[in-house]
Amino acid sequence: MIRFVARENVPRWLTFAVPLASVVLAAIVAGIVLAATGHNPLTTYRHIVQASITQPGAFSQTLVSMTPLMFTGLAAAVAFRMRLWNIGAEGQLYWGAIGASGAGLLFHGLPGPLLIAVMLAVGLLAGMLWASIPGVLRAYFNTNEILTTLMLNYVAANLMYYLIFDSTSYWRDLTSPSARVFPQGKNLPAAANWPALQVGSLTIPFGLLFAIGLAMLLWGMIRATRYGFEMRVLADSPSVGKYAGIRTRRKILSLMALSGGIAGLGGASQVGDFSHVLDPRGLEQAGFGYTGIVVAALARYNPFAVVVTSFFIGMLVNAGFALQGPGFPVGLTGTMEGILLFCVLGAEIFTRYRIAVRLPHRPAAAPPVEARPAVPHGGMS
Amino acid sequence: MRNDPTMANGQPAFPPGGTPVPDRAVEAPGDAGIAAAMAARGITKRFPGVVANSRVEFEVLPGEIHALLGENGAGKTTLCNVLTGLYRPEEGYVELGGEPCRFHSPRDAHEAGIFMVHQHFSLVGPLTVAENVILGWSRQSGMWFSPRRVEREVARVAEQFQMAIDPGAKIWQLSVGEQQRVEILKALYRRARILVLDEPTTVLTPQEVRQLFSTLRGMAAAGTSVVFISHKLPEVLAVSDRVTVLRAGQAVGTVRTADADARSLAHLMVGRDIVLTRRERAARNHLGEAVLGLDDVNAKGDLGTPALTGVSLRVQAGEILGVAGVAGNGQRELAEVVAGERPGTSGTVTIAGRPQRGTPWEAIHAGLGYVPEERLGVGIAPGMTIADNLMLKSYREAGHGPVLHTKQALQNAAESIKRFDIVARGPKTLARELSGGNIQRLLLARELSGHPKILIAASPTRGLDVAATDSVRKILAQSAEHGVGVLLISEDLDEILDLSDRIAVMYRGRVVGVVDRDDADLDRIGLMMAGVES
Repeated sequence: MIRFVARENVPRWLTFAVPLASVVLAAIVAGIVLAATGHNPLTTYRHIVQASITQPGAFSQTLVSMTPLMFTGLAAAVAFRMRLWNIGAEGQLYWGAIGASGAGLLFHGLPGPLLIAVMLAVGLLAGMLWASIPGVLRAYFNTNEILTTLMLNYVAANLMYYLIFDSTSYWRDLTSPSARVFPQGKNLPAAANWPALQVGSLTIPFGLLFAIGLAMLLWGMIRATRYGFEMRVLADSPSVGKYAGIRTRRKILSLMALSGGIAGLGGASQVGDFSHVLDPRGLEQAGFGYTGIVVAALARYNPFAVVVTSFFIGMLVNAGFALQGPGFPVGLTGTMEGILLFCVLGAEIFTRYRIAVRLPHRPAAAPPVEARPAVPHGGMS
Repeated sequence: MRNDPTMANGQPAFPPGGTPVPDRAVEAPGDAGIAAAMAARGITKRFPGVVANSRVEFEVLPGEIHALLGENGAGKTTLCNVLTGLYRPEEGYVELGGEPCRFHSPRDAHEAGIFMVHQHFSLVGPLTVAENVILGWSRQSGMWFSPRRVEREVARVAEQFQMAIDPGAKIWQLSVGEQQRVEILKALYRRARILVLDEPTTVLTPQEVRQLFSTLRGMAAAGTSVVFISHKLPEVLAVSDRVTVLRAGQAVGTVRTADADARSLAHLMVGRDIVLTRRERAARNHLGEAVLGLDDVNAKGDLGTPALTGVSLRVQAGEILGVAGVAGNGQRELAEVVAGERPGTSGTVTIAGRPQRGTPWEAIHAGLGYVPEERLGVGIAPGMTIADNLMLKSYREAGHGPVLHTKQALQNAAESIKRFDIVARGPKTLARELSGGNIQRLLLARELSGHPKILIAASPTRGLDVAATDSVRKILAQSAEHGVGVLLISEDLDEILDLSDRIAVMYRGRVVGVVDRDDADLDRIGLMMAGVES
């Protein structure tokens, strides 16, 4: 018989060993799936490493893939840390993209650095604004934020489509006849293109550096600021927060806005760093917001760890593009991602429990109470 | 009666066959004494930095009520968690009916007929008493069960032990005392051979305690062994057959209750004699301005029914106002309204001259210190460190700008640990690892470090042992000495009489009357507690 026995204290090495072992296990399980669908697991893994790291330009491409995931991963991690289940990073990212692209188009005359700052600010505000709707609902009306944030994702997606496909909005390119037939967004001016850091053959997007800085900042915020302290108290027990005079509603609202703002920055980075245009289809197909939840979960809501997990998922995403083809359906890369998530999260139980194996045996059945001889009390007072 | 007081290592002293114990010296150990129902043999259990049990020997005989007496953190609960399979000892083993056994989980222990009633019950609120009793194990077999039949069975067991309980009642409708009866019933229904109760009397009224004791005696008479964890000497003396005293993780002795008295047990338990702190009535001219005023305050309870009706009270700096009453007569709501956690429907609360609009934040800033009835989970964040918990209210002032002064906080925490005798590894120990007394000291340390003008202490010594109770009493008395106004809410009348200057008695949300301590006596206050105005 196998059973789980709670560990009384968790050795430190285990918190590192278990995630590592679970990644190895995920590789083995995914390997079985690959073999079953007629792919050589080892060749596939070699392809993944090649396509995401070793091939020329592959590493840079992985950095591109991980950048938006880091923003959405941070957005989810910060909210989840306080048990605020904002799964609306998707819609908040759309809003950030809408805001930043609008700002890039509107202020096209500004010099580069200033224009970038404006795009960042507007992207941040747009995401915050969108997240404030479920924030207010949760803080003042105690509405379930999982439902509201999820539903608002669809609203945001429709808004984005409306701006480009179903209206003659400011964002839509109406200059050429072909653009009228095949709707697309206006291209941003060159000054709105975010710079990239060139290290040898490696291209590091500005958004990525910004996100890494942001991760450090958030990590420090949770650990060492008053705001982070209040967050930790409320996460530990809301009634203690109330007792200590923490204004819980404001905290919920502000954290929701912060989370949405981070996702909005991700949208701004997507426009400024990569697409340079508001592209509803591309953004929706990428599903950065939802993948960000996976990134945050793998990082156990630690902003610092999001840097690592977003790289990992970015690798898989990037390799997924390269692997896809007639013989390798998209669903298979998704399956591999799922297996990874399942193994890593499932393995968490091993840090808190250990397995005890024993042979089944049954202690002798206790005789019924009534049948036992009574022992009178000698020393009763 | 018997001259074999310590038998930590000896054989059980009852003669064989369950015949009545003769009133004479027991035969020498080694002869055919009946085997212990359960025994701990050299149990050692360590937690990080603490040895909770050190080579503990402990035996309980069939049909015996055996009290485990000891201070907070002496290792009573740990030992029982080992006995009931929740913990596994590092050394030693548990013996059942003379044979070593190894439990991997409480379920194994249940199968062997060993049950424990914890301080926090494990009952399902929306289910009935009978459903809770059969949850996980039923005397009926097969897939189907008939609720009627179960209720009949449960009722029969309850009747057998003269426990007043309605098997069809829903748990949430029951009082805490009745819920405890359900927990015991659960064990009896499953034919418990050994029942362990962890501090069972802390949640009961004196009448309920008497009822519990008679149930326990009935169980013991039917052959069930009862292990009774307590730190209250009178109760141990009243109900047990033998007492094993634990001190600092070690069993320091087992005595027959008949041979013991409160003094000798207290001495064994604490290692020194103890007298609880009393306080002289403060001289009237020493009192300062009013630090707390309630004017015709009304408030509703959790269920929307009136909990406070026209309450007017005044506490002056330097005095202790005791609030007496049977539990559930508005005391909790009174504390919550003053602390700003529960909105009043009308009337005004004034703290140190500042009228309150009813938020915790406002009350704290006006100078309120508050020791809530519920310590862990309301007053103390269980998953945070001692240092974090100590700055729960001061973190706003502590930092310049948004950054916390973590180093300063750790230093302060180390000082507070020393000054308030908090037993912990250090400032980074998690609050949930602390024992009840230390949690209360931690709470008081924080509330007093904020230099409050008014301190509300709600049941501040409930569940604490003698030494911890005394240290809390001392702290309260000293606070009043230093000019803090104290609102002491307690169900322990002795405590109120020992510490307060004036006593307000509550009944059904009203203040029946406020009497001076000099004019107060138990009878008069007892009548007021029953709603009779004097």
